Formats: sequence, C-alpha cells, structure tokens
Amino acid sequence: MPSLNYVAPTTVSDAVKILADASGPTRVLSGGTDLLVQLRAGRISPELIVDTKKIPGIMGITGSAAEGFTIGAATTGAELGDHQALKAAYPGVVEAANLIGSKQVQGRASLAGNLCNASPAADSVPAVIAAGGTVTIAGPSGTRTAPAESIVTGPGRTSLAKGEFIVSFHLPAIKGKTSDAYLRFIPRTEMDIAVVGCGVSITVDAGGTITAAKISLGAVAPTQVPVDASCIIGTKLDDAALAKLDAAAQAMCNPIDDKRGTIEFRTKVAGVLARRTAKIAYDRAGAR
Amino acid sequence: MSKIHVETTINGEPMEFLANPGESLLDALRNTLNLTGTKEGCGSGDCGACTVIIDGRMTCSCLVLAVEAGGHEITTIEGIAQGDTLHPIQQKFLENAALQCGFCTPGFIVATKALLDKNPNPTETEIRFWLAGNLCRCTGYDKIVRAVQDAAAEMRGG
Repeated sequence: MPSLNYVAPTTVSDAVKILADASGPTRVLSGGTDLLVQLRAGRISPELIVDTKKIPGIMGITGSAAEGFTIGAATTGAELGDHQALKAAYPGVVEAANLIGSKQVQGRASLAGNLCNASPAADSVPAVIAAGGTVTIAGPSGTRTAPAESIVTGPGRTSLAKGEFIVSFHLPAIKGKTSDAYLRFIPRTEMDIAVVGCGVSITVDAGGTITAAKISLGAVAPTQVPVDASCIIGTKLDDAALAKLDAAAQAMCNPIDDKRGTIEFRTKVAGVLARRTAKIAYDRAGAR
Repeated sequence: MSKIHVETTINGEPMEFLANPGESLLDALRNTLNLTGTKEGCGSGDCGACTVIIDGRMTCSCLVLAVEAGGHEITTIEGIAQGDTLHPIQQKFLENAALQCGFCTPGFIVATKALLDKNPNPTETEIRFWLAGNLCRCTGYDKIVRAVQDAAAEMRGG
C-alpha cells in the first residue's frame, strides 16, 4: 500500500500547484467529516491529502444582505449557524447546513465538502443552488466562477478539473422581498440522510405575487435537479399553483429504490416537500 | 511518509507529539498521549463517544486528523474537572445516575460542556437536539437530560 502524505499549504497558489503536480490519487481536505470516514472504511486510498484550512480566508464569512455574502469554502456549519446576518438573509441555506449530521459534525463540516463529496442527498446543496449560489474555483489556469449546480456531475463525481479546488461560495445580494427555505424528509427527527431534500428561493412583489423563484431537489436523482418554477410565477402560491408545483417536482424525479424509500415514495414526497418548502419561502419573502 | 511533528494545546497544556499522516486525533489522544478518557465507539462520526472541543467547537475526534490539531486548543474529558474536584456536569451525571456502562459518558459530558458554554439555559428540546449526536444504549436518555438541566441550573447559580 502506498504511504499517505499530508500537506497544508498556506496560499491558494501553493495549493493549486500541489494539486496540479500530484501524480497519485489526491484528496482535498476541508472539514473531513466525509473524507475521514471514507479513508477509514478503505473506500478511498489517496496518496496525498491537501488540507486547505491553513489558507487565509478559506474559513469565515464576509459581506451583508445588501451586498451578498462570501463564505470561505471550509467554513463550518456551526459558524454559519452563529452568523446572525447570514441566517436572517439566507435562512434556508443555514437551516440546510445545520441539518448535516450532528452538532459534532457541524463543528467541522463545510459547504465545499458537502458539495464536492457529491452525494445526491447532500443537504446544503439544493439550498445553495436555490439561493442562486456560485462558487469561486482556483486552478492552474487561474480563478473561475461557476454556478453551484454545475459542480456535481454524478454520485461522488464533480466537474472540477485536476488542480482545481473551491475557494469560496458567494450568495447574491438580497433584492426586494426575497427569501429561501430548505426541508428534507427523513424517517426520524435528527441524524439521518435525506430521503428527499428541497431548497426553494422566492421573490414576491409588494402585493404578494411571486416574481421569481428557484427550486432544487436532492436525493431524487443522481444529481440535484431543478424544478421548473414557471408554474408559480405570477401567482400568490394558491392551491392551483401548489398543485402544479407538486406535479412539476414529481416530473423531475429519477430516484433510486432503497431501504429508505421506494421510487414511488420518493417521487410523491418530492411533490409534497416542494409545496411545503415553497410555502415557507413564500411566507418569509412576504415578511421582508 | 515519515511521521509529522504536531504542536498543540490540550486541556490548557502545550503538547507535542508525532503522528502518521492518516492517523485520527482520536487515535493520537488515546494511543500516543495516553488520554484514554475519550472513547472510540463507531469511528465514523455517528455515536459521539469521541467528542472533544477544538477552539470552542465540539466535534468527533475520529473525524479529525491528528496532524490537523497543530496550533489549535483542544479540550478532552480529562480537562473538564478541576484537579480532584468534579465539574458540576460530572457531579450531576453521578447524582442523576445518568450513566450505566459509562462508555458514552465522556462524550456526553464534553458535549454538555460545549452546550452550556454557548447556552447556559437550554430548553429540554434544545438539550435533546444538541445531544442527538451522542448515542447511549443504556439510559434511555431521560436521566441524561435531567442531569444536564440540573447542571445548567447549578452553573447559573440556581
């Protein structure tokens, strides 16, 4: 078995160089709450672990609702939960991050890790996508920005090229009466993996009519899937609009059949969660 | 790769040790530093028996590489009591019989310390959600919750 090396670069450019030059299997470490479990279970055998947490700015939150937020890639879920301005502006993103694992796990787990682990059931991912989140990616040819939904390409697979890693997340400035929500279905109340997850962001006008919406489902397909929100735009989320949203959500489902949920069950729950999550986001947006 | 030299602070004391790159903090605490109060249950972050506090945030030491500990402040169960005097959390766990086999107890006590440092007056619901990452197969949890409530009251000066 090849021996494992560990490095903790202190600049983005050093990290990129190390990742680009690595010849064997390599893993980027942020919170490590998935990586260490996979390492221990023997599911991965990297030759190099590149710990990003010594890079200045990789942890921490800057910005405001008025200008948008930049969240360092390795910022912990616990830190998101403690940030009052972020929680007020993006309650859905924060509630999703604070559903990941236990409080112990949230003390380490990060948005970048949750995204790049590329589980279809990742809780924070539909919420970040619905919120219009983007990621800043450093790599050998410089820095690029990409929408959050462009990263996961399948279970355990991402669109990041060799040498690339996520430096930060950006959530846009809150314009007008906009808010978000995230719900997941699990058979118990805590410490479980989403059977279905749903993130919704909604903007309403002064009269309560929806002017914009973005919806993302998790755990019902190999990647997070968007739901066509046109059926609720121009409505006040009345029963007819909710019924159309339910159908639109179910139409996007292509789930697995496993012990935690059959295909039929996951599909039905996706419709129910889309309705419930949209109602929460709608009420929050109206209260702005 | 050879072992990596790690300099850290554990329970207020500067410590240094050598760790293999893939070794967990849990293994370093137990096997290298002989701090065996921190227990290994599942080894996958599900049971909370290995809970420690790193720079004020609690986490499972099985999910942290030992080499990541460098430059950080770590509190383990061994750092909770003041010398021979039990911490009020430990005293209330005893008084409430909030343990049977005791294997999960260090994790529960460290997690409770992290909770009460952040929220001195948690509701029962808050306690139960906070401790959802700590598994106990003996007590049924009710006595643990009561011990946490009693400890919180005592620490508030009630």
